[in-house]
Amino acid sequence: MPRLTPLALPAYVVAVTHLGGRAAFALGDGSVHLGHAADDVRAVQVHDGGILAAVAAPDGKSLITAGDDGRVMATDAEGATQLLFEKKGKWIDQLACGPQGAVAFASGRMAWVRLADGQVVEFPHEKAVGGVAFLPKGLRLATATVDKAILHWVTAKGAPAELGWKGAHTGITVSPDGRFLVTTMQEMALHGWRIEDGKHMRMTGYPAKVKSVSWSPKGRWLATAGANAAILWPFSAKDGPMGKPPLQLGPYPKLATQVACHPTEEVVAIGYQDGMVLAVRFGDQAEVAMRHPSGEPVSALAWSPDGMTLAIGTESGAAGLVDIGAA
Amino acid sequence: MSSATASATAPIPVTVLTGYLGAGKTTLLNRILTEDHGKKYAVIVNEFGEVGIDNDLVVDTDEEVFEMNNGCICCTVRGDLIRIIEGLMKRKGSFDGILIETTGLADPAPVAQTFFMDDDVRARTRLDAIVTVVDALNLASRLDDAPEAEDQVAFADVILLNKVDLVTPEQLARVRSDIRAINPYARVIETERCKVELGEILDKGAFDLTRILSVDPDFLVDDHHHHNEDVRSISLKAGDLDPEKFFDFVNRETQAQGPNILRLKGILAFKDDPDRYVVQGVHMIVEGDHQRPWRADEPRESRLVFIGRDLDWAGLRTGFEACRIAA
Repeated sequence: MPRLTPLALPAYVVAVTHLGGRAAFALGDGSVHLGHAADDVRAVQVHDGGILAAVAAPDGKSLITAGDDGRVMATDAEGATQLLFEKKGKWIDQLACGPQGAVAFASGRMAWVRLADGQVVEFPHEKAVGGVAFLPKGLRLATATVDKAILHWVTAKGAPAELGWKGAHTGITVSPDGRFLVTTMQEMALHGWRIEDGKHMRMTGYPAKVKSVSWSPKGRWLATAGANAAILWPFSAKDGPMGKPPLQLGPYPKLATQVACHPTEEVVAIGYQDGMVLAVRFGDQAEVAMRHPSGEPVSALAWSPDGMTLAIGTESGAAGLVDIGAA
Repeated sequence: MSSATASATAPIPVTVLTGYLGAGKTTLLNRILTEDHGKKYAVIVNEFGEVGIDNDLVVDTDEEVFEMNNGCICCTVRGDLIRIIEGLMKRKGSFDGILIETTGLADPAPVAQTFFMDDDVRARTRLDAIVTVVDALNLASRLDDAPEAEDQVAFADVILLNKVDLVTPEQLARVRSDIRAINPYARVIETERCKVELGEILDKGAFDLTRILSVDPDFLVDDHHHHNEDVRSISLKAGDLDPEKFFDFVNRETQAQGPNILRLKGILAFKDDPDRYVVQGVHMIVEGDHQRPWRADEPRESRLVFIGRDLDWAGLRTGFEACRIAA
């Protein structure tokens, strides 16, 4: 097993990312912990309350967090924080970073985009916003809501495009090439659309709700949690995964709760309900244990940009860094 | 399992607070939030302005009811609750229980059904009780003009009959009998200005059926109804039942009369089964499980209660009787 440096953090790990050689853990108690070794962890209290969502900025220089204090914050590798947005009394629980320094977030029926210059654009919805994402080009916001996904123009004029499918859509992701939009649903299923013509893709058969998805390099596969293995849908063909069986990697008695595709190799890290973490290669399905079961569900996984370190977080705060370069 | 693990995974008790506008719900909520009772509650409210309490665990939400995609029109859930409870789980340990306040006009069914239908909510929380605040002065007219008021009484495990100091003994007797005609199984606590020992309504496990079904409603039978109320209840009793016939009966009746069945609860003795079997349901959703072995000192008696609107009472009785094991 590659070398694991355990870190004991004080609360639920909501998300983890890497900032300039350090892992940044966003916790349920509102703090961000920056660390690269067990004896070198720095805590910064970023939110007055809990963190509900966290993502890395595309430039890799800051961690963006949203909290139940109604704030969206940016934290850099040195622990310096910046307030990006505040709406008192609102729980901001959806968050995404986009091109040109734009950040999208949502609370209840309202989504916002904050542009790099600080200007904020509002996107009111008729029903709750279940997720936000950006298209890779052109500054377009994608939102998931009840019975549909919507593509909004952020700065350009133009009517939003609606992609309908009955049901509550609780999360959203866009393929790296911008061709496909996929939502996670209240039902145990994903729904996808080919954006150019709205063609539907149904991805079903999960025993639990899908709460973690990750695109493999070049968007060839979409890895998903929510089953007793990672389920990977093929997206390299023109019409996406339709009519093709998914890959099932890392079959295990417990539910997969988190997935994270390696940044350059066809390898996926899979975190399970009992704390086990495996790294599995797509081609020959070879498995390497990254962390042994500890009882607590894995709640966050992230590879470093160079693909040499895997950061792991769990619901109890037990966390760790795995150096895959160490023999 | 160690005790630490057990407490980390113990389901969090949830109390639902309903009541018509002006009945005293906000007074009760403010008391729970301000009084020193040694417990901390996360509170989900729909009318934020009314709660004048600065508490970082008060969440303002818009009721977001949607149908589940399972072809059942009465399977509605509260999407906002699913999302907020998921967020609260990231702050596990910082509160002891969750209180959900519904708006005065709310139908309690989607709230209750959320706790049956959503696997994540089910796994992490336990519906402790539905507490309905009614006021002695105005309940009679509310029952006449608002079906929601009737539903709220029908759904309750505990009814706080408030403002008893504002009515005559005759009026009070009449209100009591109105409540019992709709729901003889709820525990009724009479109060002035919601002065009640909070331990009487919080974390009582009232939704768990044992106490409800230990109430013998027969002595409450009262043909002297003051309202043309259409919500009534029926309590059915028998000895051992044939499980196959019983499940057939329950499935048949909930399919046929589901939209009109508000609550269904039962403790059952199945032939050759040493365990008590408990069932409960809302509309078409029914769930059941073995609870514990029948004790030697308790009679093996099956009891089933339906509370509903315009139900086929005679058909329910005949259908239930047919599940008996011939003596």
